[in-house]
Amino acid sequence: MSKTVLMQGNEAAVEGAIAAGMRFFAGYPITPSTEIAETCALRLPQEGGKFIQMEDEISSIAAVLGASAAGMKAMTATSGPGFSLMQENLGYGAMAEIPCVIVDVQRSGPSTGLPTSPSQGDYMQARWGTHGDHPVIALSPASVLETYTLMIRAFNLAEKYRTPVIFLMDEIVGHMREGVELPDPGKLIINQRKMSFHDGANKQCYFVPEGEYVPAMKPFGQGERYNITGLAHDESGFPVNSSEIAGRLVKRLLDKVEKNTDHICRVEEIEMDDAETAIVCFGGTTRAARDAVNAARAVGKKVGMFRPVTVWPFPEKQLRARLPQLKRILVVEHNHGQMLLEVQRCVGGALPVGFLGRIDGTVISPRDILARLGEMEGMHHAE
Amino acid sequence: MPSDLVHLYMRIDHLPQIWCPGCGNGVIMRDVAVAIDELIHDEENSINREDIVIVSGIGCSSRAAGYLDFNSIHTTHGRAIAFASGIKMANPKLHVIVLTGDGDCSAIGGNHLIHAARRNLGLTVVCFNNDIYGMTGGQYSPTTPHGDRATTAPYGNVDRPFDIANLASGAGASFSARGDVYHARETIDIIKQAILHKGFSLVDVYSICPTYYGRKNKKGDAVEMLKWQKENLVPTARYYSMSEGERANKKLIGILSFNDYPEYTEEYARIIALCRKAKKK
Amino acid sequence: MYGRKKLVIEEKWCKGCGICAAFCPKEVLEIRAEKVAVRDVEQCISCGLCELRCPDYAIYLVNMEE
Repeated sequence: MSKTVLMQGNEAAVEGAIAAGMRFFAGYPITPSTEIAETCALRLPQEGGKFIQMEDEISSIAAVLGASAAGMKAMTATSGPGFSLMQENLGYGAMAEIPCVIVDVQRSGPSTGLPTSPSQGDYMQARWGTHGDHPVIALSPASVLETYTLMIRAFNLAEKYRTPVIFLMDEIVGHMREGVELPDPGKLIINQRKMSFHDGANKQCYFVPEGEYVPAMKPFGQGERYNITGLAHDESGFPVNSSEIAGRLVKRLLDKVEKNTDHICRVEEIEMDDAETAIVCFGGTTRAARDAVNAARAVGKKVGMFRPVTVWPFPEKQLRARLPQLKRILVVEHNHGQMLLEVQRCVGGALPVGFLGRIDGTVISPRDILARLGEMEGMHHAE
Repeated sequence: MPSDLVHLYMRIDHLPQIWCPGCGNGVIMRDVAVAIDELIHDEENSINREDIVIVSGIGCSSRAAGYLDFNSIHTTHGRAIAFASGIKMANPKLHVIVLTGDGDCSAIGGNHLIHAARRNLGLTVVCFNNDIYGMTGGQYSPTTPHGDRATTAPYGNVDRPFDIANLASGAGASFSARGDVYHARETIDIIKQAILHKGFSLVDVYSICPTYYGRKNKKGDAVEMLKWQKENLVPTARYYSMSEGERANKKLIGILSFNDYPEYTEEYARIIALCRKAKKK
Repeated sequence: MYGRKKLVIEEKWCKGCGICAAFCPKEVLEIRAEKVAVRDVEQCISCGLCELRCPDYAIYLVNMEE
């Protein structure tokens, strides 16, 4: 029987990653993610893994991509300013198809902002931070236990789709301490990347069979020489100037995610079966939203919560399925309205979409949400 | 049919390379291939071809990774040493060789260079140093001499230049050396020693860029630029036999600093062993 | 010509930079129509300096067949 342990969200991120097989971490200290680096420094050598504190966030993600190419499951962790620095190499990981997990424990911005205060202001940066059209998978946990279990999924998705996965935490969850009962390690599902060891003659290291999207991976230094580049390349891994090949490559990279949203997108729904009002939120904001749902239900209001666990790609199919029953949606997030744009895109004007956000580093309370719901209902009745 | 060496260690489908006529980079890339070949066939210090990883950044120099037939990774501008650090940490038995340029490793990647040197992580960095940004058409780099011309220094370069080999020494590199295009045989030997060196090693190889740097600064063609190297860059034995007066304005081709600080991945392996021992108790 | 090596030129790869000809100690080589050419093969001492400094791998020595 597993026992209950008191754990911080940032520590749970590390323990989940280790359970998933992560054995390499490179990072640079930054509030409020630093405990992830500290815990990796302590824990990884105990598991035969390796930790290195790099000179900045750019080199941290570069080292992570290098270690992953050489066959290790690898991770880095940072916060907003460092996440901005990582963007170029994040795109490299997507282009060269090198799996890894990048944790962003969001804090208040822009710039140095309020380093110790919560925020969810990196939601759009997670999607569009690096240049060019690129695939993105981002997951956002709402509790310490979920940080542990979702981290395992983050590695599984990174390995399965050969792409960087962003683990979009926030200060609320990162610094929260909760008693958690960790799952039995024997019951965890851990995916490994699909490997290919062709004979030396087959240099098509990015060969993708018909109907598939992800090439099997060859590790560096294990007997097969091949080339990795961030330039547009053909299946042999060498740069090309052909617009046809470049276009086909980028389309396949995008399709890896877009054609697999049924597998990638997960949501959590609370009291949604008969809900007429949906609170849409993610990450640390979920705590207040859940309390608000309970309080609303206690007075007979049909309020539910719809939470994207996979925040990118946005789970639009799941949200659209709820639209016919809904009268209104309230998007609650610790920013100036970022996921709001995705919700509005999915709703397409079919329903009123309200917003409650904060950009001052303070936490949204259940009372704030109830008040905003009351306003929306009032507006509705007045129509 | 190219030579056996080229056939064996280069991806001939991708040759001839894209470098301009007279560019020194082709010579330096060959030096690296010869150094590796000689080490593979060295009975005393034999290395395994499959254990070699070539890592490059962005710029003229960094195209070399695509031409050399080893495990190769062409990364982002300035970050080759950082990618290489992860590769070496993941698999310390690999010989990780970074092929970079003066801009790549001392401007945008300068921070990674000095910190890898300080850590003494067992990488070999070969800098193709041509004093200019060639790929973008001739802008001044951190090694462009003061007063020289470049497209971004139309009135002469205001900056003072880095000496990359000295920079690495100052940052604590346990092996720092200088090579050039003219003294190819000496440079091959230096690269061999750098690859065999356990800790961090840097070889700053003076390349020539007749197309941009040479033309902008009236240095003549490739032949003239190599004649300058012949006159002004001096291999070790001769350099140390010269008087101080004779050495003025001359530079040493050879090893500048060398010591046997503990190598990073070996130090880290000790930590893992310690933790494992504590766990067993 | 002494030594037992043959000079081979891969003309397609030659970019005509002239390095090989300029530093050949015996003036064996010259540049003709922007390509390397052999001026006087009898003088070749198989020192290999041309191969060593050719940026384009367009000239090299091979062992003579028995």
